[in-house]
Amino acid sequence: MSGAQKIAVTVTEIVPLNELVTRFKFEPTDGSLLPTFSGGAHTVVEMKDGAITRLNPYSLMSDPMDQTAYTISVRRDDVGRGGSLFMHKRVKVGDQMTISYPVNLFSLDLRAKKHLFLAGGIGITPFMAQIKQLERTNGRWELHYATRSVALGSYVDELTTKHPNETHIYYDDQEQRIDLKNLLDGQPLGTHVYVCGPKGMIDWVRKTATDEGWPREAIHYEEFLAPKSGKPFEVKLAISNKVIQVGEDESLLEAMEREGVDAPYLCRGGACGQCETDVIDYSGTFIHRDHWLEDADHKSGKKIMPCVSRFEGKTLVLDR
Amino acid sequence: MSKFEFPPSIKSRPIYGTLEPRKGPAHLLIADAVGAEAIIEVATPEMMRTAHIIYIPKGTEFSEKLRALNPAQYYEGASYAASVSRIHKVLGDAKMGLQVYLAGTEGMMGQAQLEATNAGIPHSAIQLEHRGSVARRMQCVHCKGITEDVEVDPFVCSHCGLNLFVRDHYSRRIAAYQGVCIDAEDLGNVPPSKGIYE
Repeated sequence: MSGAQKIAVTVTEIVPLNELVTRFKFEPTDGSLLPTFSGGAHTVVEMKDGAITRLNPYSLMSDPMDQTAYTISVRRDDVGRGGSLFMHKRVKVGDQMTISYPVNLFSLDLRAKKHLFLAGGIGITPFMAQIKQLERTNGRWELHYATRSVALGSYVDELTTKHPNETHIYYDDQEQRIDLKNLLDGQPLGTHVYVCGPKGMIDWVRKTATDEGWPREAIHYEEFLAPKSGKPFEVKLAISNKVIQVGEDESLLEAMEREGVDAPYLCRGGACGQCETDVIDYSGTFIHRDHWLEDADHKSGKKIMPCVSRFEGKTLVLDR
Repeated sequence: MSKFEFPPSIKSRPIYGTLEPRKGPAHLLIADAVGAEAIIEVATPEMMRTAHIIYIPKGTEFSEKLRALNPAQYYEGASYAASVSRIHKVLGDAKMGLQVYLAGTEGMMGQAQLEATNAGIPHSAIQLEHRGSVARRMQCVHCKGITEDVEVDPFVCSHCGLNLFVRDHYSRRIAAYQGVCIDAEDLGNVPPSKGIYE
């Protein structure tokens, strides 16, 4: 079985935070204890949506040492592929669901002397767990959190109440912006910067920090890509000896899973590299969307990340 | 002999490159002996405006040339031991974006790199260029004593007197290669010493 080990859980609490974001609490159905995790980890939630099984990653935001329950916050995306809508509209307290063991692709570098967190919107969630982790160990941190408005500022009250000196909030609708260059300038040696938010924000932080001479090892970012819809296409799987159709609203990875092919994965968001697959033959164009492969790999026509990337053309043969 | 091509070895063995100017609000350049040549090659007027050069001459004559680069700060130390408190202070006061350039012997670069990583710079973000002596800073794995400037293999530990084989196994934490007793099983059976790369 691919992916991380699975855990059977029951939904024990659903809390709408604002118009867009709802928090879900999962407890183990058999009453056992959950594994502890490290701040920044995510879990992959299985959603049985009729004939489709969706597997979406969400950052864990509860205390990493709390083994009784995990919590996630889901932002509703009305134009997405339906995972967040399923969570918002179909999941009820008492439902039994399957989630994965925690996987961390956005962990703290504990060698850092100081952790500088930059969050945009729902990108606040991994930092909620990282802050709890650092508070236990007396870690030094600072949070700069940009959100659209007071009404949509998930967890702003909690953060500013518990950590008034470390938390800085910026409201887009009040024209408040993170003064990034100034913020980075003068940070003590050994500071690591972490950014989670929209792609534009991540690119901005990575570029600004690099331009200011920050080593790439001290710049951490997490961007989950949801697979994008696209034109349907056909794939031949050489090892499985199957020809499968990838639908408009499903990813290549999901199509393989639907056909019973045990394809490897972890993050399902183009970041971890687990699902990397060799291309045996093709005639057409790849639509690469991952952060994993190098540009040269993208151009080579020899590799694809089935969790987020697609294909347009006549033939695609994969070594799977 | 200013540049030396080290033979390929195990993964633990440090690899050195060629210094290149990098963007950053401040620059710390540390060199010993002919390592000064690498600093002179990498220095740009822009870099020197915010540069701090720390130099350990070891009897060489590069002081005038280094001063002529016109760095913001220049310090000359009689030895690494004499300079380390200065290095420690500079790193302690430094801000993110500081670029560190090390040039010269492995022993000096290893120890300065350790200071820089302790101060919070990832080791892979520190530039190192080897110049000059290929002598090594060795730790005896038995008594843990450090012997500086080892040029031959095997050598005698300056602390416990064991005959030590010079390994390529390196410790960044100790900033030294490991020396292991060569005649533990057959006492006194010690091959004649020769240069480490001979």
